[in-house]
Amino acid sequence: MSQHNTQATEEQVLYADILEKGMFAGLALMVITFALYVLGIMPSIVPVSEISIYWSQPVHDYLVAINTNFLHWETLPTGWSWMKLLGYGDFLNFLPVAILSGITVLCYLVITPGLFARGDKAMAFMALAEAVILTLAASGLLSAGGH
Amino acid sequence: MLRNIKEKAGMLFVSLMCAIMLSPAWALATEAADMAPVPAMGDPDWWKWPVILLFVTFVMGIIAVLGGVGGGVLFVPIIGGFFPFHLDFVRGAGLLVALCGALAAGPGLLKANLASLRLAMPVALIASTMAIVGAMVGLALPTHIVQLALGGTILGIVAIMLTAKKSTIPDVPKADALSTALRITGVFYEPTTKEEINWKIHRTIPGLLTFIIIGFMAGMFGLGAGWANVPVLNLMMGAPLKISVATSKFLLSITDTSAAWIYLNKGCVIPMMVVPSLIGIMLGSFVGVRLLKVAKPTFIRWMVIAILLFAGLKAVQKGLSTMGVTLF
Repeated sequence: MSQHNTQATEEQVLYADILEKGMFAGLALMVITFALYVLGIMPSIVPVSEISIYWSQPVHDYLVAINTNFLHWETLPTGWSWMKLLGYGDFLNFLPVAILSGITVLCYLVITPGLFARGDKAMAFMALAEAVILTLAASGLLSAGGH
Repeated sequence: MLRNIKEKAGMLFVSLMCAIMLSPAWALATEAADMAPVPAMGDPDWWKWPVILLFVTFVMGIIAVLGGVGGGVLFVPIIGGFFPFHLDFVRGAGLLVALCGALAAGPGLLKANLASLRLAMPVALIASTMAIVGAMVGLALPTHIVQLALGGTILGIVAIMLTAKKSTIPDVPKADALSTALRITGVFYEPTTKEEINWKIHRTIPGLLTFIIIGFMAGMFGLGAGWANVPVLNLMMGAPLKISVATSKFLLSITDTSAAWIYLNKGCVIPMMVVPSLIGIMLGSFVGVRLLKVAKPTFIRWMVIAILLFAGLKAVQKGLSTMGVTLF
């Protein structure tokens, strides 16, 4: 294969390397955090024996129910509020999900300087725009209405 | 002789798995779950649904590989139609299933230069933006409307699977101006013909515009979108089939990421659903790759179409029944 002129570009390989590391880190952490949660090693906000009561409800009703029954917060636990609950097994599992969902932003940010340096301005601006869009999605500023 | 027995055993296993997933018992189980009163106290059998989910997603992972479809497209209609979980959580989990599949495959495909970053970047920019819009709309609409639209989309996917053609290396006489300006081109080695294939694309603007719809639907239904990405990249834009399939898989890691954040921020992630689903699908995919050697792809493809047809009709039926319309 090496004698063929089919190698991936420098930024493509860099992107792939970061994506791979993030994917392995996220998946490994997911297995660990889920084991801590499901084996009862860490306490959880919603007891594992009660979660089946809530998962058939629409997400808004579910959030109201767990807030009323367990959290007693003034606002519903949406956005990044799970960060305050990382000491609990069920919400600790949000951490690997966030890593898996966030690694792409990092990939884009890392390849952008190289694209600018090579004068590949169109792709560089596209990479920046994508990073901004994904960050905006991650920020929680874009909220959907409930039903 | 031994090979014959292995082939038959493999086919029997896959048929059994498909039969389980097509069984009306799933429908009855769902109806029972829908009607069951919410218990006041914790359920001592809480573990049974995650275990069933693990088993079903394991089977789904096998079928997805053998049928050449993404996990998300099977996950949402089947789990949404036949499990007691609300569609909001199913769509959130479906996006994460599709995302993890794409993250697992993406790095290898990029390094092998089968997935093209230059082809994916403009497409991803449009698809991921629209996936955010789709996710927001999907979460704002009443569930029965989403269920109905999901059913219609699944039936549309069945139609695409039945009719869409593929072109191994499409004829692209001349790259268009936009793809030339963005230098969306590449070369890959085709081992079957021992040739280096230079590829380029055309109809870039119509192709990119199509991803407005694809991204929206991916976000709205949490389906992943390989079923739509591949025909557009391959047949409309003229990328070789291998490049289209690989780039589509990688593309999901970006499109689904944007929509996944909306679902995550909205609270549509229940780890007790998500983690068994991810583990099941990944283990199933692992076994599926090995079964590929003995399974008959045409037979599996028909099975996938039958499963999707059944799940699509079920979604339509659920959506209509909420509106007081009884179909069957």
